[in-house]
Amino acid sequence: MSWPAPRDYALPSASLAFFLDKKVLVLVLDGRIFLGILRSFDQFANIVLEGASERVIVGDLCSDISIGLYVVRGDNVVLIGELDPAREELPVHMTRVSVPEIRRVGKVTLRSLCPAQKAEKDAVELKSSMRKMMEFLDVD
Amino acid sequence: MLFFSYFKELVGKEVTVELKNDLAIRGILHSVDQYLNIKLENTRVVDQDKYPHMLSVRNCFIRGSVVRYVQLPPDGVDIDILHDATRREARGG
Repeated sequence: MSWPAPRDYALPSASLAFFLDKKVLVLVLDGRIFLGILRSFDQFANIVLEGASERVIVGDLCSDISIGLYVVRGDNVVLIGELDPAREELPVHMTRVSVPEIRRVGKVTLRSLCPAQKAEKDAVELKSSMRKMMEFLDVD
Repeated sequence: MLFFSYFKELVGKEVTVELKNDLAIRGILHSVDQYLNIKLENTRVVDQDKYPHMLSVRNCFIRGSVVRYVQLPPDGVDIDILHDATRREARGG
């Protein structure tokens, strides 16, 4: 299958074209960090990452969990940064550990590491506890 | 398009972009587009200790929708020109 050639409209000057085929770090709205090679993008900053991994940081420990090919919807993107191979990828005080290790150290599942999901869980709990309090009203 | 033009004038100057997630990044404004997406060069995160994962990022693209503030150099704007441009824009061109 071949893709239609893009019309030769001027690419926006703050285009992501510069990052194509480079290793990038993507920050998303819920605070998670993805790394991968930027293979595609559009004007909404929808992006395709090849060989992606999620970087989980717990205290001074860090681990990259491989997640394969990833498409990130543009409205979740906060920042896309070019990873400079010349610079150390991690600050000196941080240690890279294995995936089981980071899960153990976190003592929580990956899901609860993400603040947005934690907030959602809290909200659901609050809702159910309020429901309990209001049970005498016989609503439903 | 006033602010787009305005930011284009600031290309090459050092700015600090504060995001809605409280991350503040300082860098040279490389480019801006009509969504006010911003590209910064030679970036440095203001609170380095809190965001250690940003250490290896030198150039970055920031989506316009997540920007809260842009702090400019004091001499970053000619007020008279900006006033004129604002009035022209308000009149509709």
